[in-house]
Amino acid sequence: MRNALRIFGAGWWMNMKQLTQSPLFVFTSLIEPLIMATIAFYTAKAGGKPEALFYLAIGAGVMGIWSSTLFGSGGVISWQRWEGTLELLVASPPPLIVIVVPLTIATSSIGIYSLTATLLWGRFLFGIPFDLAHPWLFAVGLPIAVVAMGLLGLLIASTFVLYREANALSNMLEFPIALVTGLLFATSLLPGWTRPIGWLLAPTWAARVIRESALGGNPLFEIAMCVILSGVYLVLASHFLRVLEVRARAKATLALA
Amino acid sequence: MTAAARVFFLGGLTSYRALFNWLRPAYYFPTMLAGPLFQILFFAYLGRSVGAESDAFYVVGNAVQISAMAGVFGMAITIGGERWTQTLGPLLATPASRIAIFLGRAVPNLAQGLLVSTFGFTMSWLLVDFDPPRSSIPGLAVIVLVTTTSCTAFGMVIGALGLRLRDSFMIANPAYFLMLLLCGVNVDVEVLPEWLESISRVLPLTHGIEAAREVVSGAPLSSVVGLVRTELVIAVVYAAAAFFLLRYFEEESRRKATLDRM
Repeated sequence: MRNALRIFGAGWWMNMKQLTQSPLFVFTSLIEPLIMATIAFYTAKAGGKPEALFYLAIGAGVMGIWSSTLFGSGGVISWQRWEGTLELLVASPPPLIVIVVPLTIATSSIGIYSLTATLLWGRFLFGIPFDLAHPWLFAVGLPIAVVAMGLLGLLIASTFVLYREANALSNMLEFPIALVTGLLFATSLLPGWTRPIGWLLAPTWAARVIRESALGGNPLFEIAMCVILSGVYLVLASHFLRVLEVRARAKATLALA
Repeated sequence: MTAAARVFFLGGLTSYRALFNWLRPAYYFPTMLAGPLFQILFFAYLGRSVGAESDAFYVVGNAVQISAMAGVFGMAITIGGERWTQTLGPLLATPASRIAIFLGRAVPNLAQGLLVSTFGFTMSWLLVDFDPPRSSIPGLAVIVLVTTTSCTAFGMVIGALGLRLRDSFMIANPAYFLMLLLCGVNVDVEVLPEWLESISRVLPLTHGIEAAREVVSGAPLSSVVGLVRTELVIAVVYAAAAFFLLRYFEEESRRKATLDRM
Protein backbone atom coordinates (compact mmCIF):
# COMPACT_ATOMS: atom_id res chain seq x y z
CA MET A 1 0.00 0.00 0.00
CA ARG A 2 2.84 2.39 0.93
CA ASN A 3 4.60 1.57 -2.33
CA ALA A 4 1.40 2.16 -4.29
CA LEU A 5 0.98 5.57 -2.65
CA ARG A 6 4.62 6.43 -3.37
CA ILE A 7 4.15 5.44 -7.03
CA PHE A 8 0.95 7.48 -7.15
CA GLY A 9 2.64 10.58 -5.73
CA ALA A 10 5.73 10.30 -7.92
CA GLY A 11 3.77 9.49 -11.09
CA TRP A 12 1.25 12.27 -10.51
CA TRP A 13 3.93 14.87 -9.86
CA MET A 14 6.14 13.70 -12.74
CA ASN A 15 3.26 13.82 -15.22
CA MET A 16 2.09 17.21 -13.93
CA LYS A 17 5.58 18.59 -14.56
CA GLN A 18 5.83 16.98 -17.99
CA LEU A 19 2.41 18.19 -19.11
CA THR A 20 2.94 21.75 -17.95
CA GLN A 21 6.13 21.80 -20.03
CA SER A 22 4.14 20.99 -23.17
CA PRO A 23 2.94 24.17 -24.91
CA LEU A 24 0.34 22.15 -26.81
CA PHE A 25 -1.09 20.72 -23.61
CA VAL A 26 -1.11 24.13 -21.96
CA PHE A 27 -3.03 25.45 -24.98
CA THR A 28 -5.55 22.63 -24.69
CA SER A 29 -6.01 23.24 -20.97
CA LEU A 30 -5.96 27.02 -20.91
CA ILE A 31 -6.68 28.70 -24.22
CA GLU A 32 -9.15 26.29 -25.79
CA PRO A 33 -11.59 26.51 -22.83
CA LEU A 34 -11.41 30.31 -23.00
CA ILE A 35 -12.32 30.21 -26.69
CA MET A 36 -15.21 27.83 -25.98
CA ALA A 37 -16.36 29.99 -23.08
CA THR A 38 -16.27 33.13 -25.22
CA ILE A 39 -18.35 31.46 -27.94
CA ALA A 40 -20.81 30.31 -25.28
CA PHE A 41 -21.02 33.80 -23.75
CA TYR A 42 -21.69 35.47 -27.10
CA THR A 43 -24.24 32.77 -27.95
CA ALA A 44 -26.09 33.37 -24.67
CA LYS A 45 -26.07 37.11 -25.31
CA ALA A 46 -27.38 36.58 -28.84
CA GLY A 47 -30.18 34.48 -27.36
CA GLY A 48 -30.98 37.21 -24.84
CA LYS A 49 -30.16 34.96 -21.89
CA PRO A 50 -27.47 36.73 -19.85
CA GLU A 51 -28.61 34.79 -16.77
CA ALA A 52 -27.14 31.69 -18.39
CA LEU A 53 -23.62 33.12 -18.39
CA PHE A 54 -22.46 31.69 -15.04
CA TYR A 55 -23.99 28.33 -15.96
CA LEU A 56 -22.07 28.41 -19.25
CA ALA A 57 -18.84 29.58 -17.60
CA ILE A 58 -18.88 26.55 -15.30
CA GLY A 59 -19.79 24.27 -18.22
CA ALA A 60 -16.94 25.62 -20.34
CA GLY A 61 -14.55 25.14 -17.41
CA VAL A 62 -15.64 21.52 -16.93
CA MET A 63 -15.31 21.04 -20.68
CA GLY A 64 -11.72 22.26 -20.29
CA ILE A 65 -11.10 19.65 -17.59
CA TRP A 66 -12.60 17.04 -19.89
CA SER A 67 -10.50 18.18 -22.89
CA SER A 68 -7.25 18.00 -20.97
CA THR A 69 -8.23 14.62 -19.48
CA LEU A 70 -9.12 13.24 -22.88
CA PHE A 71 -6.07 14.64 -24.63
CA GLY A 72 -3.76 13.58 -21.81
CA SER A 73 -5.28 10.15 -21.26
CA GLY A 74 -5.51 9.43 -24.97
CA GLY A 75 -1.84 10.27 -25.23
CA VAL A 76 -0.60 8.69 -22.04
CA ILE A 77 -0.05 5.23 -23.54
CA SER A 78 1.02 6.53 -26.96
CA TRP A 79 3.58 8.91 -25.47
CA GLN A 80 5.12 6.15 -23.36
CA ARG A 81 5.15 3.99 -26.47
CA TRP A 82 6.88 6.68 -28.55
CA GLU A 83 9.42 7.34 -25.80
CA GLY A 84 10.16 3.62 -25.56
CA THR A 85 9.20 3.50 -21.86
CA LEU A 86 5.96 1.52 -22.15
CA GLU A 87 7.70 -1.84 -22.14
CA LEU A 88 9.76 -0.83 -19.11
CA LEU A 89 6.63 0.22 -17.24
CA VAL A 90 4.83 -2.99 -18.14
CA ALA A 91 7.86 -5.09 -17.16
CA SER A 92 8.27 -3.35 -13.77
CA PRO A 93 6.94 -5.18 -10.65
CA PRO A 94 3.92 -2.94 -9.78
CA PRO A 95 0.65 -3.69 -11.59
CA LEU A 96 0.24 -1.47 -14.64
CA ILE A 97 -2.91 0.09 -13.19
CA VAL A 98 -0.93 1.49 -10.26
CA ILE A 99 1.40 3.20 -12.73
CA VAL A 100 -1.26 4.52 -15.10
CA VAL A 101 -3.76 5.87 -12.51
CA PRO A 102 -1.58 8.80 -11.35
CA LEU A 103 -0.78 9.70 -14.95
CA THR A 104 -4.44 10.07 -15.90
CA ILE A 105 -5.40 11.80 -12.62
CA ALA A 106 -2.62 14.30 -13.37
CA THR A 107 -4.21 15.12 -16.73
CA SER A 108 -7.56 15.89 -15.12
CA SER A 109 -5.89 17.77 -12.25
CA ILE A 110 -4.37 20.14 -14.78
CA GLY A 111 -7.90 20.74 -15.98
CA ILE A 112 -8.49 22.69 -12.75
CA TYR A 113 -6.47 25.42 -14.48
CA SER A 114 -9.18 25.42 -17.16
CA LEU A 115 -11.98 25.91 -14.68
CA THR A 116 -10.13 28.68 -12.85
CA ALA A 117 -9.11 30.43 -16.06
CA THR A 118 -12.63 30.24 -17.48
CA LEU A 119 -14.26 31.63 -14.35
CA LEU A 120 -11.71 34.47 -14.15
CA TRP A 121 -12.16 35.18 -17.88
CA GLY A 122 -15.92 35.41 -17.40
CA ARG A 123 -15.51 37.56 -14.30
CA PHE A 124 -13.13 40.13 -15.77
CA LEU A 125 -14.13 40.26 -19.44
CA PHE A 126 -17.85 39.63 -19.27
CA GLY A 127 -18.61 40.78 -15.72
CA ILE A 128 -20.06 37.41 -14.72
CA PRO A 129 -20.40 37.34 -10.93
CA PHE A 130 -18.61 34.51 -9.20
CA ASP A 131 -20.46 33.79 -5.96
CA LEU A 132 -20.42 30.27 -4.62
CA ALA A 133 -23.67 29.18 -3.02
CA HIS A 134 -22.01 26.30 -1.12
CA PRO A 135 -18.26 26.95 -0.88
CA TRP A 136 -17.60 23.87 1.29
CA LEU A 137 -19.48 21.54 -1.02
CA PHE A 138 -17.61 23.13 -3.92
CA ALA A 139 -14.28 22.49 -2.16
CA VAL A 140 -15.22 18.86 -1.49
CA GLY A 141 -17.01 18.22 -4.78
CA LEU A 142 -14.38 19.65 -7.16
CA PRO A 143 -11.59 17.15 -6.35
CA ILE A 144 -14.09 14.28 -6.40
CA ALA A 145 -15.33 15.43 -9.80
CA VAL A 146 -11.77 15.78 -11.10
CA VAL A 147 -10.81 12.29 -9.89
CA ALA A 148 -13.96 10.84 -11.49
CA MET A 149 -13.07 12.39 -14.84
CA GLY A 150 -9.45 11.27 -14.46
CA LEU A 151 -10.62 7.70 -13.85
CA LEU A 152 -12.84 7.86 -16.94
CA GLY A 153 -9.64 8.92 -18.71
CA LEU A 154 -7.99 5.84 -17.19
CA LEU A 155 -10.73 3.62 -18.57
CA ILE A 156 -10.25 5.16 -22.00
CA ALA A 157 -6.45 4.86 -21.75
CA SER A 158 -6.73 1.22 -20.67
CA THR A 159 -8.47 0.31 -23.89
CA PHE A 160 -5.74 2.09 -25.85
CA VAL A 161 -2.95 -0.29 -24.88
CA LEU A 162 -3.59 -2.41 -27.94
CA TYR A 163 -4.40 0.32 -30.42
CA ARG A 164 -2.14 2.56 -32.45
CA GLU A 165 -5.15 4.71 -33.30
CA ALA A 166 -5.58 5.87 -29.70
CA ASN A 167 -4.92 9.51 -30.47
CA ALA A 168 -7.34 9.60 -33.38
CA LEU A 169 -10.07 8.11 -31.22
CA SER A 170 -9.42 10.47 -28.34
CA ASN A 171 -9.52 13.47 -30.69
CA MET A 172 -12.95 12.36 -31.83
CA LEU A 173 -14.44 11.95 -28.36
CA GLU A 174 -14.27 15.59 -27.24
CA PHE A 175 -17.49 16.94 -28.77
CA PRO A 176 -19.64 13.76 -28.52
CA ILE A 177 -19.06 13.43 -24.80
CA ALA A 178 -19.54 17.18 -24.25
CA LEU A 179 -22.81 16.79 -26.17
CA VAL A 180 -24.32 13.79 -24.34
CA THR A 181 -23.17 14.90 -20.88
CA GLY A 182 -24.77 18.33 -21.25
CA LEU A 183 -21.70 20.33 -20.32
CA LEU A 184 -23.02 23.52 -21.92
CA PHE A 185 -26.74 22.83 -22.15
CA ALA A 186 -29.41 20.68 -20.55
CA THR A 187 -29.53 17.11 -21.82
CA SER A 188 -33.33 17.38 -21.97
CA LEU A 189 -32.82 19.00 -25.40
CA LEU A 190 -31.27 15.80 -26.75
CA PRO A 191 -33.16 12.73 -27.98
CA GLY A 192 -34.26 10.59 -25.01
CA TRP A 193 -32.09 7.61 -25.96
CA THR A 194 -28.90 9.63 -25.44
CA ARG A 195 -29.60 10.37 -21.75
CA PRO A 196 -28.68 6.92 -20.33
CA ILE A 197 -25.36 7.21 -22.16
CA GLY A 198 -24.72 10.49 -20.35
CA TRP A 199 -25.56 8.94 -16.97
CA LEU A 200 -22.68 6.49 -17.41
CA LEU A 201 -20.16 9.25 -18.03
CA ALA A 202 -18.47 11.14 -15.21
CA PRO A 203 -18.56 14.61 -16.86
CA THR A 204 -22.40 14.55 -16.55
CA TRP A 205 -22.21 14.30 -12.76
CA ALA A 206 -19.02 16.33 -12.41
CA ALA A 207 -20.63 19.31 -14.15
CA ARG A 208 -23.73 18.97 -11.95
CA VAL A 209 -21.63 18.76 -8.76
CA ILE A 210 -19.81 21.96 -9.63
CA ARG A 211 -22.93 23.76 -10.88
CA GLU A 212 -25.12 22.88 -7.91
CA SER A 213 -22.47 23.75 -5.36
CA ALA A 214 -21.84 27.05 -7.16
CA LEU A 215 -25.35 28.06 -8.20
CA GLY A 216 -27.31 26.50 -5.34
CA GLY A 217 -28.88 23.10 -4.94
CA ASN A 218 -27.99 19.87 -3.26
CA PRO A 219 -25.11 18.13 -5.04
CA LEU A 220 -24.80 15.19 -2.62
CA PHE A 221 -26.45 12.73 -5.00
CA GLU A 222 -24.17 13.90 -7.83
CA ILE A 223 -21.11 13.59 -5.58
CA ALA A 224 -22.20 10.04 -4.73
CA MET A 225 -22.59 9.26 -8.45
CA CYS A 226 -19.04 10.52 -9.09
CA VAL A 227 -17.72 8.25 -6.32
CA ILE A 228 -19.67 5.22 -7.60
CA LEU A 229 -18.63 5.77 -11.20
CA SER A 230 -15.01 6.25 -10.11
CA GLY A 231 -15.11 2.82 -8.47
CA VAL A 232 -16.70 1.24 -11.54
CA TYR A 233 -14.15 2.84 -13.90
CA LEU A 234 -11.28 1.68 -11.68
CA VAL A 235 -12.49 -1.93 -11.59
CA LEU A 236 -13.16 -2.01 -15.35
CA ALA A 237 -9.87 -0.32 -16.22
CA SER A 238 -7.97 -2.71 -13.98
CA HIS A 239 -9.59 -5.69 -15.71
CA PHE A 240 -9.02 -4.29 -19.22
CA LEU A 241 -5.41 -3.44 -18.49
CA ARG A 242 -4.73 -6.97 -17.24
CA VAL A 243 -6.41 -8.63 -20.21
CA LEU A 244 -4.94 -6.29 -22.81
CA GLU A 245 -1.47 -6.42 -21.28
CA VAL A 246 -1.42 -10.21 -21.53
CA ARG A 247 -2.72 -10.02 -25.10
CA ALA A 248 -0.16 -7.38 -26.09
CA ARG A 249 2.63 -9.49 -24.57
CA ALA A 250 1.36 -12.61 -26.36
CA LYS A 251 1.16 -10.87 -29.72
CA ALA A 252 4.34 -8.87 -29.13
CA THR A 253 2.53 -5.69 -30.15
CA LEU A 254 3.20 -3.55 -27.08
CA ALA A 255 5.90 -1.41 -28.61
CA LEU A 256 4.43 -1.14 -32.09
CA ALA A 257 3.75 2.50 -32.83
CA MET B 1 4.64 12.67 -67.50
CA THR B 2 6.99 15.55 -66.81
CA ALA B 3 9.08 15.56 -63.63
CA ALA B 4 7.03 18.38 -62.10
CA ALA B 5 3.74 16.61 -62.86
CA ARG B 6 5.10 13.37 -61.38
CA VAL B 7 6.18 15.17 -58.22
CA PHE B 8 2.79 16.91 -58.08
CA PHE B 9 0.63 13.81 -58.52
CA LEU B 10 2.66 10.96 -57.04
CA GLY B 11 4.27 13.04 -54.31
CA GLY B 12 0.91 14.48 -53.31
CA LEU B 13 -0.82 11.11 -53.30
CA THR B 14 1.94 9.39 -51.32
CA SER B 15 2.06 12.22 -48.81
CA TYR B 16 -1.72 12.09 -48.41
CA ARG B 17 -1.69 8.36 -47.75
CA ALA B 18 1.09 8.83 -45.21
CA LEU B 19 -1.00 11.50 -43.49
CA PHE B 20 -3.34 8.81 -42.20
CA ASN B 21 -0.53 6.30 -41.76
CA TRP B 22 -1.35 4.81 -45.13
CA LEU B 23 -5.04 5.63 -44.91
CA ARG B 24 -6.13 3.26 -42.19
CA PRO B 25 -9.92 3.60 -41.74
CA ALA B 26 -9.40 3.50 -37.98
CA TYR B 27 -7.63 6.86 -38.24
CA TYR B 28 -9.64 8.31 -41.05
CA PHE B 29 -13.27 7.97 -39.92
CA PRO B 30 -12.99 9.26 -36.36
CA THR B 31 -10.74 12.16 -37.30
CA MET B 32 -12.23 13.38 -40.53
CA LEU B 33 -15.90 12.46 -40.35
CA ALA B 34 -17.18 11.63 -36.85
CA GLY B 35 -15.39 14.41 -34.95
CA PRO B 36 -16.48 17.21 -37.32
CA LEU B 37 -20.07 15.91 -37.38
CA PHE B 38 -20.31 16.04 -33.59
CA GLN B 39 -18.87 19.55 -33.69
CA ILE B 40 -21.81 20.65 -35.86
CA LEU B 41 -24.35 18.95 -33.59
CA PHE B 42 -22.75 20.39 -30.45
CA PHE B 43 -23.01 23.99 -31.60
CA ALA B 44 -26.48 23.52 -33.10
CA TYR B 45 -27.71 22.29 -29.71
CA LEU B 46 -25.84 25.05 -27.87
CA GLY B 47 -27.63 27.60 -30.06
CA ARG B 48 -30.99 25.91 -29.44
CA SER B 49 -30.45 25.87 -25.67
CA VAL B 50 -30.28 29.66 -25.42
CA GLY B 51 -32.54 30.40 -28.39
CA ALA B 52 -29.75 32.25 -30.19
CA GLU B 53 -29.81 31.40 -33.91
CA SER B 54 -31.44 28.80 -36.12
CA ASP B 55 -29.92 25.36 -36.68
CA ALA B 56 -29.12 26.45 -40.24
CA PHE B 57 -26.87 29.25 -38.90
CA TYR B 58 -24.71 26.76 -36.98
CA VAL B 59 -24.85 24.07 -39.65
CA VAL B 60 -23.61 26.39 -42.40
CA GLY B 61 -20.91 27.95 -40.19
CA ASN B 62 -19.57 24.66 -38.88
CA ALA B 63 -20.02 22.56 -42.02
CA VAL B 64 -17.91 25.09 -43.93
CA GLN B 65 -15.41 25.47 -41.07
CA ILE B 66 -14.78 21.74 -40.68
CA SER B 67 -13.08 21.84 -44.07
CA ALA B 68 -10.28 23.48 -42.06
CA MET B 69 -9.71 20.11 -40.40
CA ALA B 70 -8.13 19.00 -43.67
CA GLY B 71 -6.95 22.40 -44.87
CA VAL B 72 -5.25 23.56 -41.69
CA PHE B 73 -4.36 20.38 -39.78
CA GLY B 74 -3.73 18.41 -42.96
CA MET B 75 -1.22 20.91 -44.31
CA ALA B 76 0.43 21.41 -40.92
CA ILE B 77 0.89 17.65 -40.47
CA THR B 78 1.89 17.11 -44.08
CA ILE B 79 4.92 19.38 -43.71
CA GLY B 80 5.53 18.68 -40.01
CA GLY B 81 5.25 14.94 -40.71
CA GLU B 82 8.07 15.12 -43.26
CA ARG B 83 10.27 16.49 -40.53
CA TRP B 84 9.04 13.93 -37.99
CA THR B 85 9.81 11.03 -40.31
CA GLN B 86 13.08 12.71 -41.29
CA THR B 87 12.20 12.89 -44.97
CA LEU B 88 12.10 16.69 -45.11
CA GLY B 89 15.86 17.02 -45.60
CA PRO B 90 16.08 14.56 -48.52
CA LEU B 91 12.91 16.08 -50.02
CA LEU B 92 14.32 19.60 -50.02
CA ALA B 93 17.71 18.37 -51.18
CA THR B 94 16.10 17.34 -54.49
CA PRO B 95 15.99 19.79 -57.36
CA ALA B 96 12.22 19.24 -57.74
CA SER B 97 9.97 22.24 -58.26
CA ARG B 98 8.88 23.54 -54.88
CA ILE B 99 5.53 24.58 -56.31
CA ALA B 100 4.95 21.03 -57.53
CA ILE B 101 6.02 19.58 -54.16
CA PHE B 102 3.83 21.74 -51.96
CA LEU B 103 0.87 22.26 -54.27
CA GLY B 104 0.78 18.50 -54.84
CA ARG B 105 0.48 18.08 -51.07
CA ALA B 106 -2.20 20.77 -50.83
CA VAL B 107 -4.60 19.48 -53.49
CA PRO B 108 -5.54 16.20 -51.72
CA ASN B 109 -6.18 18.18 -48.54
CA LEU B 110 -8.40 20.55 -50.49
CA ALA B 111 -10.37 17.63 -51.92
CA GLN B 112 -10.55 16.15 -48.44
CA GLY B 113 -11.90 19.43 -47.05
CA LEU B 114 -14.63 19.43 -49.69
CA LEU B 115 -15.58 15.86 -48.83
CA VAL B 116 -15.72 16.59 -45.08
CA SER B 117 -17.81 19.68 -45.67
CA THR B 118 -20.22 17.82 -47.97
CA PHE B 119 -20.54 15.05 -45.38
CA GLY B 120 -21.27 17.67 -42.69
CA PHE B 121 -24.02 19.32 -44.76
CA THR B 122 -25.58 15.98 -45.72
CA MET B 123 -25.64 14.59 -42.18
CA SER B 124 -26.98 17.88 -40.83
CA TRP B 125 -29.81 17.71 -43.36
CA LEU B 126 -30.62 14.25 -41.98
CA LEU B 127 -30.18 15.01 -38.27
CA VAL B 128 -31.17 18.59 -37.50
CA ASP B 129 -33.43 21.33 -38.77
CA PHE B 130 -31.52 22.16 -41.94
CA ASP B 131 -33.29 22.01 -45.27
CA PRO B 132 -31.83 24.41 -47.84
CA PRO B 133 -33.69 24.99 -51.11
CA ARG B 134 -32.45 22.57 -53.80
CA SER B 135 -31.73 25.53 -56.05
CA SER B 136 -29.13 26.80 -53.56
CA ILE B 137 -26.96 23.67 -53.72
CA PRO B 138 -24.87 24.52 -56.84
CA GLY B 139 -24.15 28.00 -55.45
CA LEU B 140 -23.33 26.53 -52.07
CA ALA B 141 -20.94 24.06 -53.74
CA VAL B 142 -19.08 26.91 -55.47
CA ILE B 143 -18.77 28.84 -52.21
CA VAL B 144 -17.55 25.79 -50.28
CA LEU B 145 -14.96 25.13 -53.01
CA VAL B 146 -13.61 28.68 -52.81
CA THR B 147 -13.67 28.70 -49.00
CA THR B 148 -11.93 25.34 -48.73
CA THR B 149 -9.27 26.66 -51.12
CA SER B 150 -8.63 29.68 -48.91
CA CYS B 151 -8.52 27.44 -45.84
CA THR B 152 -5.97 25.18 -47.51
CA ALA B 153 -3.88 28.22 -48.53
CA PHE B 154 -4.00 29.37 -44.91
CA GLY B 155 -2.98 25.84 -43.87
CA MET B 156 0.01 26.10 -46.22
CA VAL B 157 1.14 29.21 -44.32
CA ILE B 158 0.92 27.24 -41.07
CA GLY B 159 2.77 24.35 -42.68
CA ALA B 160 5.46 26.79 -43.82
CA LEU B 161 5.80 28.11 -40.28
CA GLY B 162 6.29 24.47 -39.32
CA LEU B 163 9.65 24.67 -41.08
CA ARG B 164 10.71 27.21 -38.49
CA LEU B 165 8.88 26.02 -35.38
CA ARG B 166 9.46 22.71 -33.65
CA ASP B 167 5.77 21.90 -33.51
CA SER B 168 3.37 23.19 -36.16
CA PHE B 169 0.44 22.00 -33.99
CA MET B 170 1.21 24.94 -31.75
CA ILE B 171 -0.18 27.15 -34.51
CA ALA B 172 -2.63 24.75 -36.13
CA ASN B 173 -4.55 24.02 -32.92
CA PRO B 174 -5.11 27.65 -31.86
CA ALA B 175 -5.86 28.59 -35.48
CA TYR B 176 -8.55 25.93 -35.78
CA PHE B 177 -10.23 26.86 -32.50
CA LEU B 178 -9.92 30.61 -33.05
CA MET B 179 -11.70 30.15 -36.37
CA LEU B 180 -14.70 28.89 -34.40
CA LEU B 181 -14.85 32.25 -32.65
CA LEU B 182 -13.49 34.76 -35.16
CA CYS B 183 -14.75 33.66 -38.57
CA GLY B 184 -18.47 33.97 -37.98
CA VAL B 185 -18.79 30.21 -37.54
CA ASN B 186 -20.80 30.35 -34.31
CA VAL B 187 -20.84 34.03 -33.48
CA ASP B 188 -21.85 36.80 -35.86
CA VAL B 189 -18.64 38.77 -36.53
CA GLU B 190 -20.53 42.03 -36.12
CA VAL B 191 -21.04 41.42 -32.39
CA LEU B 192 -17.31 40.98 -31.81
CA PRO B 193 -15.24 43.95 -30.60
CA GLU B 194 -14.12 46.09 -33.52
CA TRP B 195 -10.46 44.99 -33.39
CA LEU B 196 -11.48 41.32 -33.43
CA GLU B 197 -13.83 41.95 -36.33
CA SER B 198 -10.92 43.53 -38.26
CA ILE B 199 -8.90 40.35 -37.73
CA SER B 200 -11.80 38.18 -38.81
CA ARG B 201 -12.09 40.10 -42.08
CA VAL B 202 -8.59 39.02 -43.17
CA LEU B 203 -9.02 35.39 -42.18
CA PRO B 204 -10.23 32.64 -44.49
CA LEU B 205 -13.83 31.42 -43.99
CA THR B 206 -15.40 34.69 -42.80
CA HIS B 207 -16.62 35.90 -46.20
CA GLY B 208 -17.32 32.40 -47.47
CA ILE B 209 -19.53 31.57 -44.50
CA GLU B 210 -21.39 34.87 -44.87
CA ALA B 211 -21.99 34.13 -48.56
CA ALA B 212 -23.04 30.53 -47.82
CA ARG B 213 -25.61 31.68 -45.24
CA GLU B 214 -27.15 34.09 -47.71
CA VAL B 215 -27.33 31.48 -50.47
CA VAL B 216 -28.86 28.90 -48.12
CA SER B 217 -31.49 31.44 -47.11
CA GLY B 218 -32.50 31.76 -50.77
CA ALA B 219 -30.32 34.53 -52.23
CA PRO B 220 -28.91 33.86 -55.72
CA LEU B 221 -25.17 33.28 -56.12
CA SER B 222 -24.93 36.48 -58.16
CA SER B 223 -25.88 38.51 -55.08
CA VAL B 224 -22.86 37.29 -53.11
CA VAL B 225 -20.24 37.52 -55.85
CA GLY B 226 -18.44 40.27 -53.90
CA LEU B 227 -18.06 38.07 -50.83
CA VAL B 228 -16.89 35.10 -52.90
CA ARG B 229 -14.39 37.29 -54.75
CA THR B 230 -12.99 38.58 -51.45
CA GLU B 231 -12.63 35.00 -50.19
CA LEU B 232 -10.78 34.13 -53.40
CA VAL B 233 -8.44 37.11 -53.02
CA ILE B 234 -7.71 36.00 -49.45
CA ALA B 235 -6.89 32.53 -50.79
CA VAL B 236 -4.46 33.94 -53.34
CA VAL B 237 -2.77 36.18 -50.76
CA TYR B 238 -2.29 33.30 -48.29
CA ALA B 239 -1.03 30.99 -51.05
CA ALA B 240 1.51 33.61 -52.15
CA ALA B 241 2.56 34.20 -48.54
CA ALA B 242 2.94 30.44 -48.04
CA PHE B 243 5.26 30.04 -51.04
CA PHE B 244 7.32 33.03 -49.94
CA LEU B 245 7.62 31.67 -46.39
CA LEU B 246 8.41 28.14 -47.59
CA ARG B 247 11.29 29.41 -49.73
CA TYR B 248 12.51 31.78 -47.05
CA PHE B 249 12.48 29.21 -44.25
CA GLU B 250 14.00 26.57 -46.50
CA GLU B 251 16.93 28.82 -47.36
CA GLU B 252 17.33 29.94 -43.77
CA SER B 253 17.23 26.41 -42.41
CA ARG B 254 19.92 25.38 -44.92
CA ARG B 255 22.06 28.31 -43.82
CA LYS B 256 21.60 27.60 -40.11
CA ALA B 257 21.40 23.80 -40.45
CA THR B 258 18.15 23.73 -38.49
CA LEU B 259 15.92 21.81 -40.88
CA ASP B 260 15.75 18.59 -38.87
CA ARG B 261 15.77 20.19 -35.45
CA MET B 262 12.87 18.79 -33.41
